[in-house]
Amino acid sequence: MTIKTNYGAYPLGNKDAVENFNGNQLVYFAWDDHLGLGTAFAFPFPPEMPFAALKGEVLPNVCGAHPDFEKIVWSTATWILDGENFIPDESKNLIENGIGHKSLLRLKTPGLTGYKGSGS
Amino acid sequence: MAKKLNMRKRYELLTRGLGWEPTYQPKEKVFPQESYEGIKIVDWDKWEDPFRLTAEAYWKYQAEKDKKLYAIIDSFAQNNGHLNLTNASYINALKIFIQGVSPLEYGAHRGFANLARQFSGEGAQIACQMQSIDELRHVQTQIHTLSHYNKHFTGLHDPFHMHDRVWYLSVPKSYFDDARSAGPFEFMTSISFAFEYILTNLLFVPFMSGAAHNGDMATVTFGFSAQSDESRHMTLGLEIIKFIVEQHEDNLEIVQGWIDKHFWRAYRVLGLVSAMQDYMLPDSPMSWKEAWDIYFVDNCGALFKDLGRYGLRMPKFHEQATAEAEHLSHQIYFTLYQFSHAAAFQTEIPSKEKMDWLSEKYPNTFDKYYRPRWEMYAEMEKQGKRYFNAGLPQLCQVCQVPMCFTEISKGKPLDLSYRLSEYNGDKFHTCTDACKAIFDHEPEKYSHAWLPVHQIFQGNCGGEEISDVLKFYHFNPEDSGEYKGSADDISWRAAHGENNDIEESA
Repeated sequence: MTIKTNYGAYPLGNKDAVENFNGNQLVYFAWDDHLGLGTAFAFPFPPEMPFAALKGEVLPNVCGAHPDFEKIVWSTATWILDGENFIPDESKNLIENGIGHKSLLRLKTPGLTGYKGSGS
Repeated sequence: MAKKLNMRKRYELLTRGLGWEPTYQPKEKVFPQESYEGIKIVDWDKWEDPFRLTAEAYWKYQAEKDKKLYAIIDSFAQNNGHLNLTNASYINALKIFIQGVSPLEYGAHRGFANLARQFSGEGAQIACQMQSIDELRHVQTQIHTLSHYNKHFTGLHDPFHMHDRVWYLSVPKSYFDDARSAGPFEFMTSISFAFEYILTNLLFVPFMSGAAHNGDMATVTFGFSAQSDESRHMTLGLEIIKFIVEQHEDNLEIVQGWIDKHFWRAYRVLGLVSAMQDYMLPDSPMSWKEAWDIYFVDNCGALFKDLGRYGLRMPKFHEQATAEAEHLSHQIYFTLYQFSHAAAFQTEIPSKEKMDWLSEKYPNTFDKYYRPRWEMYAEMEKQGKRYFNAGLPQLCQVCQVPMCFTEISKGKPLDLSYRLSEYNGDKFHTCTDACKAIFDHEPEKYSHAWLPVHQIFQGNCGGEEISDVLKFYHFNPEDSGEYKGSADDISWRAAHGENNDIEESA
């Protein structure tokens, strides 16, 4: 539905257009069943950042405080990108992996369901 | 000399006798905002202000209230009333109030001043003028009352600057901005009805009864001083809704849409209040869930039964808000807890007594879902690793709350809730079906949202480091973080002759 206005057309704009992020793009990330870490995270990443850097450098920084983090068996971990199952190519960068501006990436770690299995 | 007129007559002369039909310009140009929203007013004379206040009576009445209030504030300051609180951690609730709520009073002042100009009915103009002045008085009395606390505690020094910039304050700010950037009838429906009529008790009861329960007589006093105004505003909110709907049959659908939207927007703001009520008050008069059941489920349920004869129904998504009532305060306070290194208040793990109170008040949820999380944080704290989130949160495009809500309505309270809309080739994330519906109805508006986290990443908030951003917010280093061992905690203990050994007190 179109917004009602009194003084001409409503000005179109997008405060969070990718051009406004100084070469970066927004990426959201969450680790399912680990609500103790809080909400989904937001990051400004260079689109050419390798997926391996996200996994190897960013995630330990923001998830490392959780006692489950060191127990992750990465070979069994699965990913969901924008609601679809997703197998990343770690040697490729974000864009090559289809991770675009404002994509939401979720990590699932079978067998690990938070502090004492509480989902926290 | 003419005979002195009675109040009713004076009110009638003021609100009907002072109006005129413009002749130099067409009426639509004199009141340019009155029709574009689609609301049709056939006869403004049907407007009845149930209070019929004249300016003369208004000034007299308010001056008397002010005199009493300032006498109490003075004596509170002279007697160091702040030392009689239950605990200095209570002040964190006042910080949320002055940073989050007082600037809304100012926003309401400006909004109602605009309505007084934009409505062509004289009765409505007068009522809106009075309310505009009320709101200005409220913000002033709140600042004056809390300025005493500002001499002794952190985080109270620059609330208006903070309100316009800080991530958690963008939640109340963006709601009021949403209402104020809408047309006059939508603003009125939002602030007078959805906020002041439907939800105001859920805001004022926890703050004012909370103040009474925690020895804060200064805040109780400004609460009382505002209360008679608030009941006038509530009555006005109800009258305007009935008036609009009775004026023309086309108005009903528009108004119902606004009620649906602004109920949800205002309810999301109250999430902050729920956390304050259940966690930040050392002694809480009632839980959020109890307050919700009384003031929303019972009272608003009865209200909408009455409004049924006007064709109005309960706000859309009210079932979801009720389902959330056993989860809301916990989910919000966890978020505040882990981001309090970037907030102008402090947080802490609830005491054992508080946890037991929460178990008792939330028998279906606390022990099952939320106590384990506190136990995990307690373990981390014991290892010297008090948990602060190392990143920044994803925010909902509409309510601007960090995406901490879960799929409660779907029976999955441990799954974060994500909704996605596409607009103009970009993605927009929201926290619930309700916020998504608001976005999808007016995407042109919400794609302009100033989301604090994204603004930090765009470089518009002082710099890249958290410390740069906190400077941009005008925070002082002692404003933020863990409560135990904070400047407020230390000075409180010193003033009460308590040991400042944190280990022992923890």
